[in-house]
Amino acid sequence: VGSPAFLSLQRERRCLGVCDGGQMQTVTLIPGDGIGPEISTAVMKIFEAAKAPIRWEERNVTAIKGPGGRWMIPPDAKESMDRSKIGLKGPLKTPIAAGHPSMNLLLRKTFDLYANVRPCVSIEGYKTPYTDVNLVTIRENTEGEYSGIEHVIVDGVVQSIKLITENASRRIAEYAFEYARNNQRSSVTAVHKANIMRMSDGLFLRKCREVAENYKDVKFTEMYLDTVCLNMVQDPTQFDVLVMPNLYGDILSDLCAGLIGGLGVTPSGNIGANGVAIFESVHGTAPDIAGLDLANPTALLLSAVMMLRHMGLHDYGNKIQTACFDTIRDKKVLTKDLGGNSKCSEFTADICRRVQDLD
Amino acid sequence: FALYFFLPPPAKYGGRHTVTLIPGDGIGPELLNHVREVFRFSCVPVDFEVVHVNSALETEEDINNAITAIRRNGVALKGNIETKHTMPPSVKSRNNLLRTSLDLYANVMHCQSLPGVQTRHQNIDIMIIRENTEGEYSSLEHENVPGVVESLKIITRNNSLRIAEYAFRLAREKGRRRVTAVHKANIMKLGDGLFLQCCREVASGYPDITFDSMIVDNTTMQLVSKPQQFDVMVMPNLYGNVVSNVCAGLVGGPGLVPGANYGRDYAVFETATRNTGKSIADKNIANPTAMLLAGCMMLDHLKLHDHASSIRNAIFTTMNENRLHTADIGGQGTTSEVVQSVMRIIQSKGQLTAEF
Repeated sequence: VGSPAFLSLQRERRCLGVCDGGQMQTVTLIPGDGIGPEISTAVMKIFEAAKAPIRWEERNVTAIKGPGGRWMIPPDAKESMDRSKIGLKGPLKTPIAAGHPSMNLLLRKTFDLYANVRPCVSIEGYKTPYTDVNLVTIRENTEGEYSGIEHVIVDGVVQSIKLITENASRRIAEYAFEYARNNQRSSVTAVHKANIMRMSDGLFLRKCREVAENYKDVKFTEMYLDTVCLNMVQDPTQFDVLVMPNLYGDILSDLCAGLIGGLGVTPSGNIGANGVAIFESVHGTAPDIAGLDLANPTALLLSAVMMLRHMGLHDYGNKIQTACFDTIRDKKVLTKDLGGNSKCSEFTADICRRVQDLD
Repeated sequence: FALYFFLPPPAKYGGRHTVTLIPGDGIGPELLNHVREVFRFSCVPVDFEVVHVNSALETEEDINNAITAIRRNGVALKGNIETKHTMPPSVKSRNNLLRTSLDLYANVMHCQSLPGVQTRHQNIDIMIIRENTEGEYSSLEHENVPGVVESLKIITRNNSLRIAEYAFRLAREKGRRRVTAVHKANIMKLGDGLFLQCCREVASGYPDITFDSMIVDNTTMQLVSKPQQFDVMVMPNLYGNVVSNVCAGLVGGPGLVPGANYGRDYAVFETATRNTGKSIADKNIANPTAMLLAGCMMLDHLKLHDHASSIRNAIFTTMNENRLHTADIGGQGTTSEVVQSVMRIIQSKGQLTAEF
């Protein structure tokens, strides 16, 4: 195995992986609705300019009624995702009266996407009142307050059930600590309200504490939700990785997105149980600007960067991210929501040019 | 902020009011001592009946005594009582017990940017009205299957109507233009849907006030980017917790904002963010502003407006003109220095004061 011939073969293989044609990985691309298709095209162009070893498989996930009358995603989409294990998704519209549930919910259930990860890093060049934000929110995505279990007890009294289970809490805590370890983060903070919800958040907290025992290299703290909110708007630099149940995660991840500039620039990833990971932009479909070449592809692009990092292709990820941030910092070709008046294609072209220059 | 049909407080003997004082834990006792000091100095006709609540006990005897005292006096000023995690889940939060037993259904907090305090956002003036007794804080939890815990969130039509009515009436009284309901009815369709519906019903009776609604995650995002757009906000319990803490953070922190809990018959005043502050207790560094302002709110409630104004003005002069700040807002003053400054300013205005 250590012979010179073998080693030179390894070198050759590595070179092929870096150059075009070798070690291509398949990613299921779901363009989505509204501005989805155009920002997906932008991302594909930038990846091409960066010569990233990604082969895109486009799929549509509009729900169809399967055998037995249950709504499900189209089988070819499911098959593609099960095979590639990695997905990139644009915004999906939630129709009001189509009869089927929210597409995001369906995807979540189909692939058991239990962790929603949102890294919030201040974008140099896109000024907000908060600088130096660098934190990650990890939100349990399957249970908690969003179980959807509600009843009308008597007329005028409604009961919503918040479900917290040992397994889900342990799973999300384990993911949070693994993430912290793999991404060189120094601390994990559990966010809870165990002073009021003694049993439910108490269980969540207990599981986090138990898992923390196995990860002594990562510092573990716990903080009340209100204290986190209070401190977050005063000094967000004190937070690193935050792990929490569903509702708090929803509120806090959007709060943190607001700190760095909103949903138009925030990446997001959903991790599933069988190694499936779907990265998405969390903004809406923006039907008013769809098809007009005005959309900002930053959120989807940064989610794609997150995806590259997840796949171990850190070099490509860093290259594309640097190019994107440089373009924003330069302020010459910004889309409207970032304060400029350039087109999406111009913004994309600028990033492509920078990516090629970085080579 | 009391409603116009509120009856005058009952515990007034010989011209002096009696108010229940619950020191609580952490920074509560020292800050309330300062409040008493300032009141005594300004010759405020209020006597405090101190009731201690021991958070280390599992029985509810202490908190029941406190509740009885508040029923007797009608008004209370309190510090936060700690909820220890080491206790079994059957031991409920004492603060929550107090609020639900006395049916203090409205938690009111007024967040205003202070000119003397440096913050990232300016010109904030938001009034937050939070339902205080039900919602996620119903404390109804059970574990039917080992490892699976269910926690119930209760929303009732009566309480939602009541809090919406309170919000709109307060908005009208204070001349506010807009009330925003904060909810998550796209996910919790029945629960928050009911709350939103009740708000809309009440809004129809107040055509002079604009009513709109916003989903809670969007609300927090808007609050950190453009908080000036909000006027009055009304919401269920948990979102109220989040939003009030975000707003308190935006105007300068937990040491600055007072809060009030109003019921039909009782009123309890405390700091808005209800922190125990264990890590800064007894170090003379806590910010007394929030508790002192809570005391002023209490004085307004007791119709002792002159005293309330004089103390409030002294606090704001200390904060904005003298710029005597404690550590939490970036200064180096101690708690006692701030309190002394307040008392000095009160004395300089020529009113009747006790020995310095």
